[in-house]
Amino acid sequence: MNKYKLNKILLYVVLIIFVAIYLVPMYMAFVTALKDPSEINLSTAWKLPSEANWSSFKEAFLLMAPNLRNSLILTVSATVISAMIGSINGYIFSKNRFRGSEVIFTLILFGMFIPYQIILIPLFQVLKTIGLYGSLGGLVVAHVVYGIPIVTMLFRNFYDQIPSSIMESAKIDGAGFFRIYSGLILPLSIPGFVVVCIWQFTQIWNEFLWGITLTRQAANPITVGLSQLAGGQAVSWNLPMAGSLLSAVPVLIIYIFLGKYFIRGLLAGSLKE
Amino acid sequence: MATFNSLGKRKDKIISILVLLPSMILVGIFVYGFIGNSIWVSLTDWGRGAGLAEHPVKNFIGLENYRFLFTNFIQGRFRQDLVNAVFYTVFLLVGTLGLGLFLAILLDRPVKREGFYRTVFLYPMALSFIVTGTIWRWLVAPSGGLNLIPKIFGLPKWNFLWVSSRDSILNFNWQNIIQIILIIASFVFAIILIRAIMNREKRVIIKFSIFLGLSLLYVLVLHRLLPPILPMEEAHGFNLATIGILIAAIWQYSGYAMALYMAGLRALPASIRESAMLDGANEFIYYAKIAIPNLRPITLSAVVIMAHISLKMFDLIYAMAGADNGNTGHPSINMYLTTFRANNFARGAAIAVILFIVAAFFIIPYMIHSHKERQGL
Repeated sequence: MNKYKLNKILLYVVLIIFVAIYLVPMYMAFVTALKDPSEINLSTAWKLPSEANWSSFKEAFLLMAPNLRNSLILTVSATVISAMIGSINGYIFSKNRFRGSEVIFTLILFGMFIPYQIILIPLFQVLKTIGLYGSLGGLVVAHVVYGIPIVTMLFRNFYDQIPSSIMESAKIDGAGFFRIYSGLILPLSIPGFVVVCIWQFTQIWNEFLWGITLTRQAANPITVGLSQLAGGQAVSWNLPMAGSLLSAVPVLIIYIFLGKYFIRGLLAGSLKE
Repeated sequence: MATFNSLGKRKDKIISILVLLPSMILVGIFVYGFIGNSIWVSLTDWGRGAGLAEHPVKNFIGLENYRFLFTNFIQGRFRQDLVNAVFYTVFLLVGTLGLGLFLAILLDRPVKREGFYRTVFLYPMALSFIVTGTIWRWLVAPSGGLNLIPKIFGLPKWNFLWVSSRDSILNFNWQNIIQIILIIASFVFAIILIRAIMNREKRVIIKFSIFLGLSLLYVLVLHRLLPPILPMEEAHGFNLATIGILIAAIWQYSGYAMALYMAGLRALPASIRESAMLDGANEFIYYAKIAIPNLRPITLSAVVIMAHISLKMFDLIYAMAGADNGNTGHPSINMYLTTFRANNFARGAAIAVILFIVAAFFIIPYMIHSHKERQGL
């Protein structure tokens, strides 16, 4: 009995140590962002600020406002478009299989695992040729097209859990492809859309490589804006820290309130249900 | 009725293909077409390096770009980047899977407020590599952050240069790279061979005897007869400056591995655990002999995903150490610098192709495996 209790205490001690380790970077970002620049000193990096100074957040926000706006437009539009494509594709691969559809599915899925460097140069060239290089439009195209594999897979996994039998009576009544989709499948798809939208939103919001190679300054997304804020030589560290926290806010809100779906999206990408 | 149904089916099939067609065309062009194009570009001189010309005249030069990357003495950084990529991948895999499994086992027992712990361990995953990199860059600053931790315990502070150390360990001469790879491969072949002999699998025994024989033949005899792959000795090793990056990456992704393993552990039926306990197994034996072997499919997925993430470390390295830091380099950073800073598109494409080939070693077997699994359902 005593040993059992000791084990229990040990378990919580270990867990709390890990909690502390995982929260350290957030703690550091917060205390540094709240310090007055004159108070920031490497040797006192761990100490709390003498008084909370929120002006760095305001300054970082003003500096990154164009990037935040770009990322918001980019993320929302690319997420909505790719979720719609994913839904109809997933419906086909799950409920309207035909000979060869599995092969097509696998061939589409391949696009999700490639290192994007391999398509970067032609993508850069093509966007230049069609006049979308440098703009937000080019980024939306990239995210929608390279999002097709993952959204298709997520929706397919989701629709696989809906029994096909519910479609039978509608089929006997003569309902066709689109009638079944819009009347039966779509109304059941809300959880699927939530998972896919959360996944795409966080992925696109956090993306950097295309942001830095395919956009000009005016269209730079938040990740690029933050890297520039942090990249200057004479960095006063309060700004990059405040900027990091600000740019993490949307994804952290999603994560905290819709975390269950976020985890489901993560797992669906890697586990077969 | 029957004819009507099959007519309807036929119609649905045509509609399905038509609806899929745009996706198929887009993926066909943007994935397969572009991969082909990159491979082609890597075999050209891109108008003798006129990167920004509107329509460069591309001349086919075969594998010249690859030969240059692997053998020219000024490309030592590229070769170190490759070595770094191997170490990044190995340590990221070991770190995230090991820590993730450990946390999952801790949370696999009744824990009060389990959701809180899970949330804390997983939240870094929601952040971008740029946010992580920016914050960790401050944490690994030479005279602050992590280096001050010993002071909490009254010890002198550390002076380790987390992302700018120039030291490296496990150094080797690049001229011996093929022998080193083959010696490691020989060990793997030997292990498989011993297992096959114990299980009496004739075909496996023959296959791996041949592999082992050829590897040893090269290591012991052949390489002496061939010219060296580099004209001069060149030292490479595990750069200590990558440790800082690795810590940040493991901090960010261990929670992901934990979530995967937790789902796997939960899916194991409770009866297995109970019967193991009845047979006198303790917790340790239960996990080591029963649970972990049962998690093998999850480990496989996790390995593929983490290997893939390690190839994407571009963002993290860029934010934490900067693109120009040679000690923490990675082929993806090199590809970016070569293509978009030096405007050498052809050589950049060659680096991308090398990255792609490395990734393909993980992806293609995994894709075939999961394709077969789907067809089996």
